[in-house]
Amino acid sequence: MSQLDHIDRALVNALQDDLPLTNRPFLPLAESLGISENELLSRVKTMRESGVLTRFGPFFDAVRMGGAFCLCAMEVPEDCFDEVNDLVNAHLEVAHNYERSHKLNMWFVLGCDTKEGIQEAADKIEGETGLQVYQFPKLQEFFIGFRVAA
Amino acid sequence: MSIDATDRAIIEALQGGLPLVPQPYLEVAQSLNLEESELTDRLAAMKESGAIRRIAAAPNHYKLGMTANGMTVWDVDDAVLNDVGPKIGALPFVTHSYERPRALPDWPYNLFAMVHGSSREEVEEKRQEIVAILGDALRASDTLYSTRILKKTGLRLRKKGD
Repeated sequence: MSQLDHIDRALVNALQDDLPLTNRPFLPLAESLGISENELLSRVKTMRESGVLTRFGPFFDAVRMGGAFCLCAMEVPEDCFDEVNDLVNAHLEVAHNYERSHKLNMWFVLGCDTKEGIQEAADKIEGETGLQVYQFPKLQEFFIGFRVAA
Repeated sequence: MSIDATDRAIIEALQGGLPLVPQPYLEVAQSLNLEESELTDRLAAMKESGAIRRIAAAPNHYKLGMTANGMTVWDVDDAVLNDVGPKIGALPFVTHSYERPRALPDWPYNLFAMVHGSSREEVEEKRQEIVAILGDALRASDTLYSTRILKKTGLRLRKKGD
């Protein structure tokens, strides 16, 4: 685990809230934490580089852009797992992908700016791998949020 | 909402992330030959429409010590799902909770709840709170632990013509 001090932890939490659309959007947060804007940015860069933060920027909602997201799963035989993983990850539509402890052992999210794009990507992955792609689109959402103890 | 060519250029410029500089919108606007105010007005419109959910950080739970990442899945009576779903979603340790279609006969589960913890034992303890809430509506359940992140880039749009 990365060594984060209390300011880093406060940043992880605060930066999950919406950044304002102002000329100096980081300044109010830096001031509230008692650090300079440059120190804040340098801490965020360090956390990006160490992987504590996987990205920082706008979260686009493909659905509102006329597209879609879809959680998908595959049952991938162990002896060709890496090969299938490369084929799946090569698709730009695969936003993230996790190996999980189950018969369905590969779980990935397809994101496209068109609804047809989901089925097209799933069809291509099935064609390339010869494996069935189970599609689990969200029907409704009950909550989103995550906080570390600051 | 309709996305015009300028919005699309903005999305393509920002899908890898916002520059970590004191005036990030100014830097992006200049790279696109826009005024900063036009960029922020367009971003505000995309937020208003929901095309942008928020401008924020995506944390890696593993690196934050939340090394047990359990996707708990539940076969819940459809008749009560709308009553119990919000209760599960409101639990402090549940980060995402969704209703999803079953894929019978292989996959009987219609409710997904992501539970993060510092160990599988902790996830299992938290899971019991969900069991208690579901009560008689619960027919079957399972927990799928993530054993590896294979990819995590977020949404990327294909360039027009790709």
